[in-house]
Amino acid sequence: MSSHRLPIRSSELIDRSTSLSFTWNGRAYVGHEGDTIASALAAAGVEVFSRGMKYHRRRGILTANHWDPNLSVQVGDEPNVRAGSRRLVDGMQVSAQNVWPSLRWDLGTANRLVGRFLSVGFYYKTFMRPQFLWHNLYQRILRKFAPGGRVNWKTGTHGEYDKRYAHPDVLVAGGGPAGVAAALSAAEAGASVMLVEQEPELGGHLRWGGPDDLAVLADLRQAVYSTPAIEVLCDSIVTGRYDHNWVAVLQRSHEVAPERLIKARVGSLIVAPGLVERPYVFAGNDIPGVMLAGAVRRLINLWAVKPGSRAVVLSANSEGDAAVLDLESAGVEVVAVLDARAGEDVVEARGRGRVSSVQTGDGRILRADLLVTATGWTAPTSLLNMAGDRPVYDKVAARYFPQALPDNVLATGGIAGDGSTTELTAHGRETGLLAAQRALRLRHDRRAQTPRSPAPESDRPAAIADSRIPLRRSPHPECYRSTTHGLVDYSEDVSSKDLIQAAGEGFDSIELMKRYTTVTMGPGQGKLETVNAAAVLAEAMAVEMADIGTTVWRPPFSPVSLGALAGRIFEPVRRSALQDWHEANGATNLLAGQWVRPDHYGDPMAEASNVRENVGLIDVTPLGKLDLRGPDVANLLDLVYVNRWQKLEVGRVRYGAMVAEDGVVSDDGVTGRLAEDHYLMTTTSSGAGAVWEMLEDWLQTYRPDWEVHVTPVTGGLTSINVAGPRSRELLERLVDNVDLSADAFPYFSVRTGIVAGVADCIIWRIGFTGELSYEVHVPSGHALHVWESLLSNGSDLGVAPFGIEAQRILRLEKGHYIVGQDTDGLSKAPTAGLDGLVRLDKADTIGLPELRAAFERTDLPVLVGLQPDDPTIVPDEACQIVEAGSNQILGRVTSSRMSPTLERSICLAQVDPSLAAAGTSVTVQLVDGRRITATVQEHHAHVDPEGARQRV
Amino acid sequence: MIVVPCPNCGPRNSSDLRNAGEVAPRPDPETASLTEWRSYLYLRENPAGWVTETWYCRSGCRRYFTIERNTATNEIRESENS
Ligand SMILES: [Zn+2]
Repeated sequence: MSSHRLPIRSSELIDRSTSLSFTWNGRAYVGHEGDTIASALAAAGVEVFSRGMKYHRRRGILTANHWDPNLSVQVGDEPNVRAGSRRLVDGMQVSAQNVWPSLRWDLGTANRLVGRFLSVGFYYKTFMRPQFLWHNLYQRILRKFAPGGRVNWKTGTHGEYDKRYAHPDVLVAGGGPAGVAAALSAAEAGASVMLVEQEPELGGHLRWGGPDDLAVLADLRQAVYSTPAIEVLCDSIVTGRYDHNWVAVLQRSHEVAPERLIKARVGSLIVAPGLVERPYVFAGNDIPGVMLAGAVRRLINLWAVKPGSRAVVLSANSEGDAAVLDLESAGVEVVAVLDARAGEDVVEARGRGRVSSVQTGDGRILRADLLVTATGWTAPTSLLNMAGDRPVYDKVAARYFPQALPDNVLATGGIAGDGSTTELTAHGRETGLLAAQRALRLRHDRRAQTPRSPAPESDRPAAIADSRIPLRRSPHPECYRSTTHGLVDYSEDVSSKDLIQAAGEGFDSIELMKRYTTVTMGPGQGKLETVNAAAVLAEAMAVEMADIGTTVWRPPFSPVSLGALAGRIFEPVRRSALQDWHEANGATNLLAGQWVRPDHYGDPMAEASNVRENVGLIDVTPLGKLDLRGPDVANLLDLVYVNRWQKLEVGRVRYGAMVAEDGVVSDDGVTGRLAEDHYLMTTTSSGAGAVWEMLEDWLQTYRPDWEVHVTPVTGGLTSINVAGPRSRELLERLVDNVDLSADAFPYFSVRTGIVAGVADCIIWRIGFTGELSYEVHVPSGHALHVWESLLSNGSDLGVAPFGIEAQRILRLEKGHYIVGQDTDGLSKAPTAGLDGLVRLDKADTIGLPELRAAFERTDLPVLVGLQPDDPTIVPDEACQIVEAGSNQILGRVTSSRMSPTLERSICLAQVDPSLAAAGTSVTVQLVDGRRITATVQEHHAHVDPEGARQRV
Repeated sequence: MIVVPCPNCGPRNSSDLRNAGEVAPRPDPETASLTEWRSYLYLRENPAGWVTETWYCRSGCRRYFTIERNTATNEIRESENS
């Protein structure tokens, strides 16, 4: 292929001293630094970049920028890359997307032959039934014809994405002349500014302008880059604006991450996106060689690419006129200039794979390989829509303008009106000043609203009125469609004919039409298509454009990758003071909420057996721990637990269960009284945060008269459970000043003492595992010493660490339920077997009326111990309990394990009350569909239901 | 994400706080009927307009406070500690 690269242009972005190698559909090409993928290929003579979605017609360059609907390509593993804006990188492997079997020979073109079957609504009408064909046939076949790239599932990650928070006083969306001028004047007024530009460099349309434009641009750039208060983010897009000016910015080509999502809290948002050039609707408007004026100007001036040899230009504005001059300067023969302002028109472009001739409105047929249209502008009002504005159509200027904006959102540049570069930058400067003053006022107010922060340095800036001189609105002909039909939506292959048909079928409001025809619903999200669609509808309905309205533009302004949205996770991981030891000693970890903790150290069954036979140690630090002090703690406990607490003596601990105001079991744990006005409450590991917030809620909003101070000490105390028949013997070797004998330190007691020389350890005697056991809460700074001392002093006793899995086995053998596993969001106190615990005669208890109501019911499920009749089968947790001979669900297995002590499978299950009696045989449906029988036990506990082992 | 003014910490992102919902007075559990109790549990005014609601400053001062917020515009009036 011959080179279409022009001699050096003064405005070109490419660095001709560089050469970047890349491939396109497997073939080798070379481009320069500064090239886009599309410009490098166009310079090498490539004309076809993709295929249309439905009819699979060949597609070439249309807009030569980010919005080009025909330039979505696959780059390596990355799908849907926009070749019109993505800069070329050495070694890129670029290919066309979803052409089958190849870009050149595409079977989908056969669809053209059956085009009438692919008319509007075809998918809805045809592929609805029969349902089963969806999976078997339609999906697989349609996928081959649909656009969109391929995700390689074998690639683990596509780089590390990142997130950032920012708080600029002023954020400018758009780095054209008005946006840059606004950023400069805002910074001069004392505001911190973030200037965001979608293209890789600032300048907007000045970049492809004449010498005067380039001189202005050079000055603006120099000024911006020498102003420290302005942070410039190029190759970045403002994707959304939300309440209180929460603004999302997608930053691409960041040095450490492929994409970074910036969440900015902005004082004033300046919307300066410029204008998007609109395609013209006529027959053949998607043939390669039909381009917008902006496209040829960018190709020629930015990348020195000759877009064709013989051109016809349809011009309704100065952009078209400038394109004529650019074409001539590039050596393109301009065959004819059709002036739309004088009523001249284009009716059809013809050609196979490339334009070969153009038919004009007055019947001439001109031989040409390039047809350039300049028929008007779309105001990309997305960010204004998101700020609540409903832009209004101006018939004279043939485009939409902002209507009413909130004070913290301002518009400037082409979206606000027309003007010379001087007028646009002047408007930008005034807008920047106004935005800065409003933002500085807000900054002052926020500072003043923050108690204990330094007082604002200066007085509150005065509010100033918006005295900007509005930009004028230049008259522009309403050029939307010729006398022929053509494509309105290039991404979705929707034509003006389709839209008129849809209106005829009754889809005659723009929102309905959009959903029925999918017009504006492709990757471009309406940037090119919305206004033409509204115009065609207005024509079909014989009403004015202004009466049609437009579809509402919602976030994101431009597609955002899922990686960027996922980003970096700021959630902390919590580790106990012993976690390093666990990992150095063979622990396999488990993520439990925020905590990483040992699941086991190799053999959980053996770990469990060692607890039953000797003594084991488990790190239970994630157990929630709240230090409660004050004269009213007992009142608080009475309120939040279902049982009584007024008579708990110093030195004793008690089990307590909590329900929420709706009577559903919410948490449980042990609380001990350490001194007259001092208690330690424990919660479930997962409930630690919620219980703390709940206690604060009741104390602050309901009983502010109570004197209780709550301090979370979950991480401050490292909790070690010493469990097993030899636990007392082990502790006696290490504990000073506490008598551990059964009489002096009975079950459910608490003492404070010295363990392995460490003072202030809280020791309580409880039995989650069902064995004689002590939970030792050690100040975390000394926890490792205590843990290692317990191990080194007990080797003759068989001491060994055990993990969460062994603890789960042990507690299930003992029948202790876990809130949230054996109970759920509907479990009331009777289900959990709390009948004996609940006291309904207290002054007040959370959920009291629901507790009372629950105990009057006879239909609540019951938690029971359950043993499969075949002791070798362990039903998976959550297996359903069903009626024999039917699919009626009567309960479910909530916990199940193989018991090393009993050498059989054991379960806890929630069952219908009719099945709750001991000895009842139930049917359990396994995951593989098999059904087994199991027998309801008398107790929750499978091992030692009398509790003899823990009371020694 | 909106900005919520904590009376102690100043204006903060709402992700620093937890919305504890419309303020709903708790009936006397001794005397309330189940219907009254369940109205307290589940029924809220939920107006498209001004509402008095409780927020919890979970990443800051750990205080519960109330604000008046317009649910249609997210405009917020003065806040105060509960
Ligand atoms: Zn606060």
